Amino acid sequence: MKNEWPLWEVFIRGQHGLNHRHVGSLHAPDAEMALKNARDVYTRRNEGVSIWVVEAAHITASSPSDKGPLYEPSESKVYRHPTFFDIPDEAGHM
Amino acid sequence: MYAQMVKSESTQDAPEKLAAFQARIDAGEKIEPKDWMPEGYRKTLIRQIGQHAHSEIVGQLPEGNWITRAPTLERKAILLAKVQDEAGHGLYLYCAAETLAVSRDELTEMLLDGRMKYSSIFNYPTLTWADMGAVGWLVDGAAIMNQVPLQRTSYGPYSRAMIRICKEESFHQRQGYHIMMKMAQGTPAQKKMAQDALNRFWYPSLMMFGPSDKDSVHSAQSMKWKIKMNTNDELRQKFVDQTVPQAEFLGLTVPDDTLRWNEDKGGYDFAEPDWSEFFDVIQGNGPCNTERLAARNKAWDEGAWVREGLMAHAAKKRAAKLAAE
Repeated sequence: MKNEWPLWEVFIRGQHGLNHRHVGSLHAPDAEMALKNARDVYTRRNEGVSIWVVEAAHITASSPSDKGPLYEPSESKVYRHPTFFDIPDEAGHM
Repeated sequence: MYAQMVKSESTQDAPEKLAAFQARIDAGEKIEPKDWMPEGYRKTLIRQIGQHAHSEIVGQLPEGNWITRAPTLERKAILLAKVQDEAGHGLYLYCAAETLAVSRDELTEMLLDGRMKYSSIFNYPTLTWADMGAVGWLVDGAAIMNQVPLQRTSYGPYSRAMIRICKEESFHQRQGYHIMMKMAQGTPAQKKMAQDALNRFWYPSLMMFGPSDKDSVHSAQSMKWKIKMNTNDELRQKFVDQTVPQAEFLGLTVPDDTLRWNEDKGGYDFAEPDWSEFFDVIQGNGPCNTERLAARNKAWDEGAWVREGLMAHAAKKRAAKLAAE
């Protein structure tokens, strides 16, 4: 790879009140241009009210092989869900 | 279909790993960039997504040809928006391909030196304004046929790019058909132009789906991996069945004397395109192959100073910021 523009991940807030959501990526020389390009590439039809760009190299991601150690422990902790507890109807809405 | 004759790559991975991978695909799971995948799956996808991306980018050229000569300011704005969408579609797809460990520059270079292909359809010239109608109606129509099922493809980033593209593609086809409607309802000379555009784009559009199933050697593995969702002939039949009534509505004639409704199969019988022409165009001998590649090479070469200049500017700004801290 020569002097390729770095890759940026683009996150867009679709409407007021919603989280920013990953929509894709693009190449740009710097953050300012990444924002401008993101506006052209990902919001041509009113898709957003706010844009975040993050250089892809700065993202740390979990690995698929960590799936077991990371997520399996929560499977055995059903008491974290409200439905685990039986509350008699007489107690009223809870 | 923007990806034609995508050669499947063979895979030398362990059978049990391949079986586990196939089971994930059969279960409808999406494969994501960091997941294990067979080398053949990865390489075939790079080739297919790359070809698809290149088609979007090169596809800007035949329509860009008419931006300055659109008949009204409104048509000009619409065409500009459409061509801008094609650039966007190319970018979504390049990003999807890049998740498979190939760089953007590598992809571009493979297009520019002919190692990677783009759809045969973009090697035909756009001679009149009516061609803008025919391209939107037929070419984008054929692309939609292929892209809608690809939204369910097994590779996550490709599937998500297809979903975005499909949302935007319908505008392209409808604006094309709208141009055809205007022309077909216009003066006799305008109607003649519309008919002429249909005559020239009909068979090249049928070729977009790739060779007949009996000659399509690369399909089986790709279909198993859900990289390809339908056979070439299935999609071509669907396209003809949908398009013929649209041509009738326009009062135009599909340039095929053998075209007949076949009650038994519930679809039209139609003539196959001239496949020797198709292979010739794929080999680089279509009417515009040289011109298209020359235009892409020129844009890449003449844009080099912009790419390099902006990188230098970004580095300078970074250094100044560091010095100030």
